[in-house]
Amino acid sequence: MSSRHKHHQTYTTKMASPDESTVSVSHVGKKKKAPSRYWQELQKEKDEAKDAGAGEGNKEPTTEEAEESNTPKQKKRKFKEKRDQNQDKKCISGKSDPFPGKARIPEDRLQKFKRKEKIKKPPHQHYKLRTMIARSEEASEMAQKQAARFDLLLPEEAGFLEGDEGEDTCLVSQEDIANAVDITSGAKHFHLKLSQFGPYRIDYSKTGRHLLIGGRKGHVACIDWQSKHLMCEINVMESVNDIKWLHSESMYAVAQKKWLYVYDSNGIELHCIRKFNDVLRMQFLPYHFLLATASSTSFLQYLDVSVGKEVVAINTKTGRLDVMCQNPQNAIIHLGHPNGTVTLWSPNQKEALVKMLCHQGAVRSLAVEKNGTYMVTSGMDKKLKVYDIRAFKPLKSYFLPAGASCLSLSQRGLLSAATGDIVQVYRDVWSTPVTKPYMAHRVRGTVWGLHFCPFEDVLGVGHQDGFTSMLVPGAGEPNFDALDANPFRSAKQRQEWEVKALLEKIQPELISLDPTELGHVDRATFEQKHEDRVKALGFDPLAKVKFIPKFKKKGRSSAGHVEKRKKQVAHEDQRDIIRKAMEDKRKTEEERKNKEQKKTLMLSQKSALDRFKK
Amino acid sequence: MKVKVLSRNPDDYVRETKLDIQRVPRNYDPTLHPFEVAREYTRALNATKLERVFAKPFLASLDGHRDGVNCLAKHTRSLSTLLSGSCDGEVKVWNLSKRECVRTLQAHEGFVRGMVVRFCGTSFFTIGDDKTIKQWKMETPGYGEEEEPLHTILGKTVFTGLDHHQKEGVFATCGQQVDIWDEQRSSPIRSFTWGVDSFSSVSFNPVETDLLGSCASDRSIVLYDMRESAPLKKVIMTMRSNTLCWNPMEAYYFTCANEDYNLYTYDMRYLEKPLVVHMDHVSAVLDVDYSPTGQEFVSASFDKTIRIFPKDAGHSREVYHTKRMQHVICIKWSADSKYILSGSDEMNIRLWKANAAEKLGVLAPREREAANYSQKLKEKFQNHPQIRRIARHRHLPKSIYHQTKELRVMKDARRRKEMNVRKHSKPGAVPVVSEKEKHVVTVVK
Repeated sequence: MSSRHKHHQTYTTKMASPDESTVSVSHVGKKKKAPSRYWQELQKEKDEAKDAGAGEGNKEPTTEEAEESNTPKQKKRKFKEKRDQNQDKKCISGKSDPFPGKARIPEDRLQKFKRKEKIKKPPHQHYKLRTMIARSEEASEMAQKQAARFDLLLPEEAGFLEGDEGEDTCLVSQEDIANAVDITSGAKHFHLKLSQFGPYRIDYSKTGRHLLIGGRKGHVACIDWQSKHLMCEINVMESVNDIKWLHSESMYAVAQKKWLYVYDSNGIELHCIRKFNDVLRMQFLPYHFLLATASSTSFLQYLDVSVGKEVVAINTKTGRLDVMCQNPQNAIIHLGHPNGTVTLWSPNQKEALVKMLCHQGAVRSLAVEKNGTYMVTSGMDKKLKVYDIRAFKPLKSYFLPAGASCLSLSQRGLLSAATGDIVQVYRDVWSTPVTKPYMAHRVRGTVWGLHFCPFEDVLGVGHQDGFTSMLVPGAGEPNFDALDANPFRSAKQRQEWEVKALLEKIQPELISLDPTELGHVDRATFEQKHEDRVKALGFDPLAKVKFIPKFKKKGRSSAGHVEKRKKQVAHEDQRDIIRKAMEDKRKTEEERKNKEQKKTLMLSQKSALDRFKK
Repeated sequence: MKVKVLSRNPDDYVRETKLDIQRVPRNYDPTLHPFEVAREYTRALNATKLERVFAKPFLASLDGHRDGVNCLAKHTRSLSTLLSGSCDGEVKVWNLSKRECVRTLQAHEGFVRGMVVRFCGTSFFTIGDDKTIKQWKMETPGYGEEEEPLHTILGKTVFTGLDHHQKEGVFATCGQQVDIWDEQRSSPIRSFTWGVDSFSSVSFNPVETDLLGSCASDRSIVLYDMRESAPLKKVIMTMRSNTLCWNPMEAYYFTCANEDYNLYTYDMRYLEKPLVVHMDHVSAVLDVDYSPTGQEFVSASFDKTIRIFPKDAGHSREVYHTKRMQHVICIKWSADSKYILSGSDEMNIRLWKANAAEKLGVLAPREREAANYSQKLKEKFQNHPQIRRIARHRHLPKSIYHQTKELRVMKDARRRKEMNVRKHSKPGAVPVVSEKEKHVVTVVK
């Protein structure tokens, strides 16, 4: 604090000094010499006082330091000083920069890009380590600031819906919204009347450009939904349980009556995977290229779609699995069960990582927020609950009269819940107690699939009577990252992205509850490491070899002699420890004795103050 | 009702014509980029694997000598010029970019023991077994002219090492004593002896230019100040050092190549124990040279390998060998820090890359950026077991591999024995001596 103060002051004096010099020694001519003012005198004195106060704080001040003054008082003074300078400048060389230095970055924006806390420095650090840590921290801080500054340049802003005074946003109809917005956005609200093969499951691709719908009675179609271009439409002539886009819009998986099938975007069957039977729900982990499936035979299976191999099949032993979702932050699969529990699974463990009892009845639907902080569940007990899944704690519980059959969370945290044929959208379910929905819409038939479109203010609803695309202002992330998911990418860009994505495919072994675990220091103890080593080698390399006495001639290897020799080396290590302990004991004893002796010596000496003792 | 729905104008996101480059809008929000660490780790793993795939350090072999190459000299002004002297007294000047010999001269009878280019780059000195010091012009003599040395000094004894002052017309030789010569005179201006019969190399400090160090055959390293009449100090080690090289950036450090298979980095102010003991060679180390950055050095050994050590690491980061390369006698790190030159017994000079996987030539900006990024990632994840295993893996010739193992067994046995002796003797009678202290006998001032 104080050092910053100093820098700051030197900074201002430095800024002021060239002006003064030009004032006193003008190079133009003597007649231009400005008359001295009383406040110049005053300022000079002030500066001198400051210089004295600053002492040796003559480090080169940086703009960073100038911009970071926290207390309002300081800020005020700084501003005043700056204004003074500006006035000074104005009267000599015309205009000057009214906002010198770098622009300030708002604290919340900086916070958004913060990765982790600074390391607390232990008192005795090796100098090499210290400089290394200092350097890396400096770099990450710089990166954080750069990213925060870049945030200002993002082109789009999120959508919103505000009612007039006394108007409820949940009463605004979709038609009104579609009429109020521009034509292209208005066209995003549409209805596909497909009453023959319903109800429909739906899925949007990662970029949000492509829509996949699958009717219960075998109708599968993929659509470029913005241009309304139908890519393919087939009937698999079998019941369809679930559908899912794979990593790109060229392939999708369909869970049919018996087996799992993979089709391409032209509707050509690529694979029939017989290892995956009776699949009810699917989730695709885009960074791991894993397709996780949950079957009615209570198996959770992982398929690596890049090599086409089954990674692991886990028998969850919990009955029919028809409620499933993934945590997009750590790729953990959440399963909901008829007994009201929610279990968390990774492909690396045959047992559930976590089991939590969430509802009194069966769990009907699950959704996890984009940041992996909150989980929303709905159950047969007609409750909607919000959990913090970092701490596994319930946060909020809502009662929905009809109960929610499908849940979906948008990128910006809007929750949509389908109760019967009504789709409700809620806002801020985890931070504030919500009393009424943000939006509501009635569709023609029971809802079976619900999905927010990424990077768009659109909610897709698959139901008995087909598919409805709803406009939900404020649902989608306004600014996409083109290297991750680009809705406007060309075929060439998609190919390049695919190669890159495959190159950095994350291995399934790296899936764990904490996705940053790989960046932590491994503090395995020696015992743990040794155990692993023993397991890997199959024997203990550090185990002591049993002492076998050498065979000696002339009767010296008789049983008695051998026993004697064995005894000489028996418990050698233990003996060492005991010897050491004894030695330590002896030393402490000696020290204690010495101290006592000293004490008695001190006591025996008479002090001049002793005469005051009673 | 006030409403706004996301509506992107495709014109802002799609390129206008096919001739444009694609638009790539970025958003650095961490929530849009999950699995940061895992993805970076995967990238680092891939980068490390690719590094091993592209590690092809051998560039060229320069042949033409008719006997083993005994000494090399870098040109002080030209990157592409290299001088080499062989055991039959022949000196060759090479053009490295064309990889051809541009000039050959018979400098001495017997070995060319040492060679150095004058700081101005116009002439060079050679010493040989015929007890002469010769100064030669760098320029090739014109048509019909004889190859004649500029000066020839006939010494009394055989010279074994030679180095030139950085700025003045003064050079130093060593043999039975260390002599300082003025270029204008035919007798040494100063001679240093310290009860030793012969020296193997001498080297001027590149920064504190009047200081020099030499390696003597009585296992000592002696430091001198040219301005004084007596040597400064010396450290005696358990085995003889062959050559020493000063760190060009931190010139109070020097590294010596020792006969006991190790290299030692000393601080010249504290010779009591070396700063670092660099182990890995399995035979005597014959020559050492620092990179111009002062961060790394390269060593040549009798075990037919070249090793690159970071200046503060105990073990090498890289080992180079070929089937045909015999005992490596001399080694140089090029002045642009990119190449390594080695001269070996079987009459060849070899040109190596200093970074085995580096791509040579001009890099496109994106290429350069990608290389920097992957380098940073490799550094970041270098201690992860799988990455370390891949990065460290080197194929070694069978003989060296087995010899390394054997040496390790021997070392373990010695350590075990020492531990046993300590266990069974009076406490304090067998003190623990660190590896660094073990090799220093004494320091004499």
